[in-house]
Amino acid sequence: MSEANNAHNVSYLEYKGQYKGLFAWIFSTDHKRIGLLYLYTMLFFFSLAAILGLLMKTQLIAPGYTIMGPQTYNSLFTLHGIIMIFIIVVPGLPAVFGNFFLPIMIGAKDVAFPRLNLLSWWVYIIGILIVLTSQFLGDGPPDTGWTFYAPYSFRTPTNVLPAVFGAFVMGFSSILTGINFVVTIHRMRAPGMTWFKMPLFPWTLYGTAWIQILATPVIGITLLLIVAERLWGIGIFDPALGGDPILYQHLFWIYSHPAVYIMILPGMGAISEIIPVFSRKTIFGYKAIVLSTMAIAFVGYFVWGHHMFTSGMSGRALFAFSFLTFIVAIPSAIKVFNWVSTMHKGSLNMQTPFYWAVSFIFVFMIGGLTGLVLGSLATNVHVHDTHFVVAHFHFIVFGGTGYAFLAALHYWFPKMYGRMYDSGWANLGWGIFFTGFLTLYLPMFYLGYLGMPRRYYDYLPDFHGGNIISSLGAWLMISGIIIIFANLIRSARHGQKITEKNPWGGKTLEWQVDTPPTLENFDQIPTITKGPYEFED
Amino acid sequence: MIEHRDDLGDKMGMWLFIFTELLLFGMLFVVYAVYRSMHPEAFKLGGEELDVALGTLNTVILLISSMTVAMSITAIQKGKKNLALALLSITLFIAVIFLVNKYFEWGVKFEYGFQPGGAELLELGQGTILFFGLYFMMTGIHALHILIGIGLFIYVIMKINKDKIHQTDYVWLENTGLYWHLVDLIWIFLFPLFYLIH
Repeated sequence: MSEANNAHNVSYLEYKGQYKGLFAWIFSTDHKRIGLLYLYTMLFFFSLAAILGLLMKTQLIAPGYTIMGPQTYNSLFTLHGIIMIFIIVVPGLPAVFGNFFLPIMIGAKDVAFPRLNLLSWWVYIIGILIVLTSQFLGDGPPDTGWTFYAPYSFRTPTNVLPAVFGAFVMGFSSILTGINFVVTIHRMRAPGMTWFKMPLFPWTLYGTAWIQILATPVIGITLLLIVAERLWGIGIFDPALGGDPILYQHLFWIYSHPAVYIMILPGMGAISEIIPVFSRKTIFGYKAIVLSTMAIAFVGYFVWGHHMFTSGMSGRALFAFSFLTFIVAIPSAIKVFNWVSTMHKGSLNMQTPFYWAVSFIFVFMIGGLTGLVLGSLATNVHVHDTHFVVAHFHFIVFGGTGYAFLAALHYWFPKMYGRMYDSGWANLGWGIFFTGFLTLYLPMFYLGYLGMPRRYYDYLPDFHGGNIISSLGAWLMISGIIIIFANLIRSARHGQKITEKNPWGGKTLEWQVDTPPTLENFDQIPTITKGPYEFED
Repeated sequence: MIEHRDDLGDKMGMWLFIFTELLLFGMLFVVYAVYRSMHPEAFKLGGEELDVALGTLNTVILLISSMTVAMSITAIQKGKKNLALALLSITLFIAVIFLVNKYFEWGVKFEYGFQPGGAELLELGQGTILFFGLYFMMTGIHALHILIGIGLFIYVIMKINKDKIHQTDYVWLENTGLYWHLVDLIWIFLFPLFYLIH
């Protein structure tokens, strides 16, 4: 049994299975390799979409035609949105760190359905390829924005069909991952790991997985209806045939608002792992964080209407959606309170992951509070569809999920690769990125408040000043990203080797296994007797 | 690589998948409810255009197929391989008959130009257009599920034949049965909504 022996002694990176080279990765059912497959796919597409964003900000550095015309601008923000939403942040942390660390953190050898897990990645890749064909085939790239609003999405001559269908296919990947994680968490926790001894990152993955299961089919059928509308003209959303385009918006946001929590919850989970480790303190209010996670997952279903305050709804519906939006802010605020309280009187260890986690809280607060501005009816009407909205969701989606992703990457990097990154470069990258981020997005709040609409390649000369600052911020932020990525890529290949199991002094199970983990993670499945964050030994 | 067997976990996975299916069709039912309340008269007239006899036949045979697949699971549990294979073959046959009926039903509609975008349909007003748009969309997606079911039945029949599914390991068959009951259940709702409510 030399191979079984192998699986216990050799790291997952060096393990030789039945396939060689690239095939040893793309046909591997090992949850750790699949996590890295997602990571590489996402980093590639993130870089692509970030360049698109940079081009748009460069266009906006001056009024009028700078480097592109209106049609190019429209297709760029559409592709930027589709990639960033459907390819990056929706699969996001669950697909990368969930796959890699969920089994290890709950003391399992793999997820419940390893082959289904690999299938999810393949479905995801097929979805991406279908989306990409929209750029090259037919009558030019789609120009609808990532929301595919009816009736424009079936009236525009551009090639919307593959983009919509590709997003539909990627939904399957999301659902399959969600099913896999729920079953894994229910069935595969190590002996002694009761629900309330489970670390917080798996908890947030659990909440997220339920949203993936229960919300994704809604966008699936909605996108399918758009496909049918384009191909056969079934009339469901076509006002000329009696359909109601507002109904499309409802169905779209019934998924896409919970999807915001698919994006942010795992990020909150990762932050909840990092803060106690670098504060050397038990997390404050473990159960409050768990319950607020589940509360967000639940209430998040009932707030979709706040995306449609100006679309036409009854006054009573407006009131209800606005009220629920304020309710859903409470659990997020509870979490912020818990993180800050965990740091209070802690012995802070100022390392790269902690910088990312703290800056996450900072930008997430700004994003959250401006969300309340948008959730109130009166102010919403004033800033609806302006750059204020763009700034708000970049603070939440990029500032929230993006920062949490990079925090998690810097936190778990040594465990994943068995190598350490250069923390000097990492901190410098973080500093430049953080400054650039604020320079880029803060002026957009102001521009939006003054009335600069989103999704136009041009603007009135009055808005010039803010746009110059914002565009310079974009360049600064991209330089930060280049430093961060270059440092990580170099370190993954040539960084200083470490074999230490627990470089940060964490208490959760992933820090008790080998660095990098062996194929089966554990020689022996551990028995859990303590909570996940007991630092006061 | 890692041998791991958990029948309860596998069934839980199937149930979660069924939840997603229910939500997928659930949203179509919501759309149906919205447009029915907007165009009650047109939906009533549309329903009268459908072939109740053929719809009833399909309902009855689909219910029988749900019974035969449930019986095949019991047969496997009792170790009666040939009986299980026979029952599954009946189920498979019924699934094909369902699609054949559907083909003729749709064929007639196409003949009259009632398909989405059809010239006759477009003259009949918005309520009727929506009724037939929904009719084709919902029964079409349901038929797609029947088609997937046929594939699953062929797969489990082959597996039983090779003794990969047997008395002590039959979760694949059970999950296929669960899926088929779902397909049946959806039809139980589609049938009255389109054919019977007048």
